[in-house]
Amino acid sequence: MNQQSLPHQIAEIASRSVKRTLRQPGVLIPPLTFPLMLMAVNSSGLRAATDLPGFPTDSFLSFFLPFSFMQGALFAASTAGTDLARDIDTGFLNRLALTPMRGTALLVGQLGGATAMGVVQALVYLGVGLAFGVRFESGVGGVLMLLVLAILIAIGWASIGVWLALRTGSGEAVQSQFPMLFFLLFISSMNMPRDLIEVEWFRAAATLNPVSYMIEGLRSLIIEGWNAQALALALTMTIGLVVLALGLSAVALRERMART
Amino acid sequence: MASARGIEAHGLVREFKNVKAVKGIDLEVAPGEIYGFLGPNGAGKSTTVHMLTTLLPPTAGTARVAGYDVVADGPKVRASIGAALQEAALDPWLTGREHVRLQSSLHGIGRRERKERGDELLERVGLTRAADRKVQTYSGGMKRRLDLALALVHRPTTLFLDEPTTGLDPQSRSALWNEVARLARDEGVTVFLTTQYLEEADVLARRVGIIDLGRIVAEGTPEELKAEIAKPTVEASPEEPSELGAVAAVLEQFGERTQGAPGRVAVRLDGKGDLADVVRALDAAGVGVSNLQLHAASLDDVFLAKTGHRLEGAEDDAAPE
Repeated sequence: MNQQSLPHQIAEIASRSVKRTLRQPGVLIPPLTFPLMLMAVNSSGLRAATDLPGFPTDSFLSFFLPFSFMQGALFAASTAGTDLARDIDTGFLNRLALTPMRGTALLVGQLGGATAMGVVQALVYLGVGLAFGVRFESGVGGVLMLLVLAILIAIGWASIGVWLALRTGSGEAVQSQFPMLFFLLFISSMNMPRDLIEVEWFRAAATLNPVSYMIEGLRSLIIEGWNAQALALALTMTIGLVVLALGLSAVALRERMART
Repeated sequence: MASARGIEAHGLVREFKNVKAVKGIDLEVAPGEIYGFLGPNGAGKSTTVHMLTTLLPPTAGTARVAGYDVVADGPKVRASIGAALQEAALDPWLTGREHVRLQSSLHGIGRRERKERGDELLERVGLTRAADRKVQTYSGGMKRRLDLALALVHRPTTLFLDEPTTGLDPQSRSALWNEVARLARDEGVTVFLTTQYLEEADVLARRVGIIDLGRIVAEGTPEELKAEIAKPTVEASPEEPSELGAVAAVLEQFGERTQGAPGRVAVRLDGKGDLADVVRALDAAGVGVSNLQLHAASLDDVFLAKTGHRLEGAEDDAAPE
C-alpha cells in the first residue's frame, strides 16, 4: 500500500468535513438566519445614521451588509472548532492519526467544511443584499472580490476555531471563547465609520481592531468602488489571521497528535 | 522472544505530569496469539495500548510491534496494526460505507481494491444492509462491528482492541468474540485485547496479563493462573434456615469463609479436603443441606489474590448487559 499524496489526503478530509457540515441543519441554519435578522433590524433601526454629515452612503443596508459576512465567519469558526473538538473527544482524531495521514492534511482538510459553509453563507447574504437593493460600486468584479475576501475571512476565523479545539480538546471550551470573538466584532467599525465615532476610546479600540479593516475592505467594494488602500488592509489582516491561526494550529496539532 | 509479527515490551513506563500511569511493563505476545490484558478502569490498560500503537511516546522503556520499534519506526508500526480503541470513534454524520472508504483511502488502498475490500468487510461484520445509513442510526453493537471493520481495512498483522465489547448486549458480544477468534485462528492475526470482563479474557485469550495500578501482577494462561492461585469454592444452603450456623461451622473446617448468596454459606477450600470430605463432615454432624455446589476458581479469584481487591464489574460477568 502506498501513502496517498498530500492533495488526496486533503481532499479526503475536506470531503468528510463538507459532508458533515452540510448534513447538520442545526449547524447550517443559524449562520444563515441570525446575521440576516440582525441586518434587517439594524438597517431599519439605524437608518437615521445615514443622515449624519460625512456618512459615506445613503443606504444603511449597503453599509451594514459586510457585518453579516463577519458574523457568518464567526459561526464558521465555532463550527470548525466544535467539530474538531468532538473528533478529539470521541477518539476520531486518534483513528485518523493511526493512518498515514499528514497533519497538514488534517488542518487544511478540516477547514473544508468551514469553506463550504463560507461559500453558502456568502452567496445567501449577497443574494439577500442584492434583492433588497444593494448595488456594488465596484461592479461585477467587486462582487467576486467580495466573495473571495469573505471566504478568506471565514477560513481565517475557522482556523482560530481549529486552534482553540486543538488546544482545549473540548467543544464546550471552544464555544465559551466565542463571546470574546463577538466582542471584537462589536468594538469594530461595524455600525459606524471610524471617523464618525465620537467616543474617543471606542474609536481608538476600533482603530486597533483588525476586524474593522476586514469589514471596511468588504464595505469599500459595495459603497466606494475599488479602494486599493482599504482592500490592501483587509487582505493583509485576513491573510495575517489565516497564517497566524494556521501556524498556531500546526503547533497545537503536533502536541495533540503526539504519535511517534 | 516474540517474532516479527508479535508484540514485545520491556520496562514500558508512561508518566503524565505527576502521575505514573504505567510503571514498567514487560510482555511478549506471540504471532497469532490472542493476549488478554485484564484490569479495572484506571489500571493503565489504555495508556499501554496508546504506547504500543504509537499514539503516545513512552516515558521510558522499549516496545516492538510487528517487528518495529514503536518510537523509531512509528509509521511502519501504524502500517502493520489495526486498532479499535475505547469507545467506537465514528462520525455520526457519515455512513458506514463512507467510513470504510475514508479509512481505506487514507491507508493508500487503490480505488478498485478499496471498494472490494470495503464490501467484503461490511459483509463480514454484518453491516451490508446498513452500510448506507448514517452511523448515528446504528446501535452500539453495529458501531463496534464497524469499528472492527475499519481496523481491518489495510489487512493488519496485529490488532489492538481496547475494551471492544464494553456496553454491548450478549448477542453482539458473542458475535464480536467469534470474529476476533476467527481472525487469530484463520488469518494468524496477533490480537492484543484489553478488557475488564473476566469472561471475555477467559473465553478469548490464550494468555492473560493482569494489570493493576500500572503494573502487570500476573501473567499466564487462564488455566495456569487459576491453578496457581485460586481454589474452588464450596457453597451450601441448609435445609432449615436456623441451621445456617451449624453448616458454617462444618464448612469452615475446610477453608476460609467467603461471600456466598443470601441464606448460603461459602468457603474457599484450602486443601484440607475436597467436596466428598465436606459431604461426609456434614453427614457426621447431622446437618441437612438442600443444596451443595462446588464452584471452580475464576479469574476474579486470581485477581483478588494478586491485587487484594476484586475487579470492578466482575459481578457483571455473569449477566453482562
